[in-house]
Amino acid sequence: MEKEITLADIAKILDKYDIVELEDVKIKGDIELELAEGGVALPPSIAQALQSIISAGAGVGTGVQKAQIPTTPAEELNLELIRTEFKVAKTEWKGQIEEVTIGATSADGGTREGTVTIGGEKALPFYNFDYQMPHPPVISVDCFDMPIKLAKAVRGHYEDVMEDVGEWAKKNVREFGADMVTIHLISTDPTIKDTSAREAAKTVEEVLQAVKVPIVIGGSGNPDKDPEVLEAAAEAAEGERCLIASANLNMDYERIAKAALEHGHVILSWTQLDINAQKTLNRYLFKMGVPREDIVIDPTTATLGYGLDYAFTNIERMRISALKGATDLAFPISCGVTNAWGAREAWMKNSPIAEDSYWGPAVNRGPLYEIITGLTLGVAGGDMFMMMHPKAAAAVKRITQMLFGAAGAEDEGKKVKMEDWVTWSGKAV
Amino acid sequence: MEKKVVMQIIKRIGKCVRKILFYSPFDKEQIAGLDENVKETNKNLFQNVNWCNEGGHEEMKISSPMEIWKYLPGTNCGKCGEKTCLAFASLLIEREKNLKECPPLFEPKYAEKGKKLAELLAPEVREVEIGIGDKARKIGGEDVMYRHERTFFNRTALVYDVWDTMKEEELRARVREITDWQKFYVGEFLKVDAIAVRSVSGEAKTFADCVKLAAEETDFPLVLCSFNAKVIEEGLKEVSDRKPLIYAADKDTWKEFLGFAKKYKVPVALFSPDLDMLNSLAVTFSSAGVEGIVLDPGTYPAGKGLKETFSRFVRIRRAGIIEGNKGLAYPLMSVPMSAWMDNDGDKAENALESSYWEAIIADLFIIKYADIMILHSIEPHSLIPERTLAANIYTDPRRPVSVEPGLREVGNPTEKSPLFVTTNFALTYYTVESDISSNKIDSYLMVVDSEGIGVESAVAGGQLNAENFKDALESFRVEDKVKHKTLVIPGLAARLSGETEDVTGWTVLVGPRDSGRIPGWMEKNWPPEGVA
Repeated sequence: MEKEITLADIAKILDKYDIVELEDVKIKGDIELELAEGGVALPPSIAQALQSIISAGAGVGTGVQKAQIPTTPAEELNLELIRTEFKVAKTEWKGQIEEVTIGATSADGGTREGTVTIGGEKALPFYNFDYQMPHPPVISVDCFDMPIKLAKAVRGHYEDVMEDVGEWAKKNVREFGADMVTIHLISTDPTIKDTSAREAAKTVEEVLQAVKVPIVIGGSGNPDKDPEVLEAAAEAAEGERCLIASANLNMDYERIAKAALEHGHVILSWTQLDINAQKTLNRYLFKMGVPREDIVIDPTTATLGYGLDYAFTNIERMRISALKGATDLAFPISCGVTNAWGAREAWMKNSPIAEDSYWGPAVNRGPLYEIITGLTLGVAGGDMFMMMHPKAAAAVKRITQMLFGAAGAEDEGKKVKMEDWVTWSGKAV
Repeated sequence: MEKKVVMQIIKRIGKCVRKILFYSPFDKEQIAGLDENVKETNKNLFQNVNWCNEGGHEEMKISSPMEIWKYLPGTNCGKCGEKTCLAFASLLIEREKNLKECPPLFEPKYAEKGKKLAELLAPEVREVEIGIGDKARKIGGEDVMYRHERTFFNRTALVYDVWDTMKEEELRARVREITDWQKFYVGEFLKVDAIAVRSVSGEAKTFADCVKLAAEETDFPLVLCSFNAKVIEEGLKEVSDRKPLIYAADKDTWKEFLGFAKKYKVPVALFSPDLDMLNSLAVTFSSAGVEGIVLDPGTYPAGKGLKETFSRFVRIRRAGIIEGNKGLAYPLMSVPMSAWMDNDGDKAENALESSYWEAIIADLFIIKYADIMILHSIEPHSLIPERTLAANIYTDPRRPVSVEPGLREVGNPTEKSPLFVTTNFALTYYTVESDISSNKIDSYLMVVDSEGIGVESAVAGGQLNAENFKDALESFRVEDKVKHKTLVIPGLAARLSGETEDVTGWTVLVGPRDSGRIPGWMEKNWPPEGVA
């Protein structure tokens, strides 16, 4: 039998020998902790440590018996919260992004019912705590001047209008809520249909007739043919302040820029994931006399999984450099988010890699690839997204409106107490 | 019954209380100094607002291996496995080696230097480890606000949930599915990171049983989720040796959680959308000696709440990295799963919408500073983009974009095997190479110098053209190996086919637009006439 002693006994012995501290001592036996009557307040550190003994004992079952002190629940301990205030400074930048308006109403010599303004930022996207973003990002939904091959998930939404560009443009606005419509004149490519510049100009007129939102006019991407096509298109759209897409270093960009300048349009300055090339091209445009408020840049969109990291960082670096004062790069940024459909994960039925886990239906993957690509670049600095899948366009619109703090979008999502996710009992998935 | 109580400290407290024996995880200095130190610590922690230069660009503490080298023994003893101390220094900066690998540094004569070095090398954001063994995951440890300033180091840990009201078989199956999930990407299989066990029942025993089952089924790290301390402790007892993250201490329960963190030596998450409170909790835990701290400032799933959530994540990280507020320089947790509540995700017809919105929130916080996040949808359409995005954002941007141009052999090609062409953009190259090799197609792969740009962009931008096909054929002496003089170009480069035939004199076949379809393409198109 082990002798039972109390803390008081131990204390007495220690007192007797004037021992203040024991190290590496093992005590066998039940320990009773007795605190003096009279309710002495323990310093929090001691009380807390004391609590540890009790709970440690209980937890590992070593049989440290219940002390004779009143059970001391943690909340009764004097351990106090160290009150601190959270503070962080605002970041102020000296640069500002150019504000660019696309579209012209009758007051400005056009026929658009409204215009779209992007840019003007003095902080990173959605950093409203530094500086309120002046304009939310906008969505331009694509249409093409001929039926094209589309991923199944996208095709279903456009099958009925593919033969009629006017109807296609209308559908983008009416059903998919597009802020703008992009008409891609791809049939003009000599390796596709080699449609003439004159025909292309007619197509542009048709789109301008069909919708009252501002439009983006895109060529086929053929560097030899585009200057001629975009020149004719710019002329046909005189006064409408369209965004002409695009001027690029590997083509006769001067001809395109000149046409835009002459007929009152905005020019899209496109380079490929190269910050220096973007500066160079922009400087060439300044030299030609293109006003700053007539330039939007497209630093190239690479897709989720296929270089999105490069596109993200390229845009983020450009935006930061612009905010730091690099005026060569201080322009609103357009992103060709439809590129996301090039990712095999967006459209391919099954994985080509045998060891992959099941990919699930492609129809669910595709829109999310487009959404993630768009939103990611939006967080980097994108002001305008050219998109295709209606659901993706709507989702990117909704999230960017919320982050921007648009009226209406602010009120959403108040019905949940967010920490309730822990006990949420749903099991839909 | 035998009991062991280690007497670490006996201290006199006034007259009435004689002596108290206690076991404490605190060390002596902490106990003695806690109260006095509080004010001082506080002051140091929070008046330490420094060098926030304009533009929010962080000054690197260390910019060259030379600065590190100054603090190393300089004996080139080779114990770390490197030939020189300087080589070791550069690996320290890249975090490919750690100080422990330099034994001499722990000798008394280098102690001072070693200490200084540890300070210099400590990341701005504390690194916290969850789980044990191979699957343990480090989170946090970040040094920069923007990846191009250096790189982000520890990819956001993606944690998928199970809950304690699941039936056993259902639970086991879900845990296995999360654990086994994988997707091939740029030369490796992507996997997710951990499993969160939620207490839906609110009953400690039910929770503990669920935790136990989950732990049996996986070696992934676990996150135990409940705001009820009793529930957490019961669960924790089952798996405390697995070093789970416990979630979450809040303004009401923090004392209990602090006790668990110390007693079981596990990392703990602190929850509060009120940043003063969150900061207070973090300082309190840290002052009490808890090192494994994770901060959850709350994730509102929509509207103004989401906008403010975004702001909180950015500002907390800014305080930690730019302003040196050590009190908040801990890994951050986001819970995109909250999207399911906002979208009534428990109804089957809302599941897809909920999973989309969850992925959207995940996207935001993978980019802006969540080091760990809790997600619900384990459908492939969620896992694939979420995990891919995390891989993309956390890829080291200093890594080369391109691979060496050249002629590669895939499998055991002969002179009659197909010759595929691709660009030297690393991603394109790895994708094509894996598609061909995993389908066991013996072939040659000619990697053309497109200045590191992918096929579609390089065709549009002119970096890929008939001339560089010709240069490649000649400089790699392809004719010596391939006798059929037939070139398979990517479908996305179709417009170059005519010109390439003219310039090279080779026959050009247009391959599929996606290399994943090469096997199907082979069946229809290979061998072409005259090659068989």
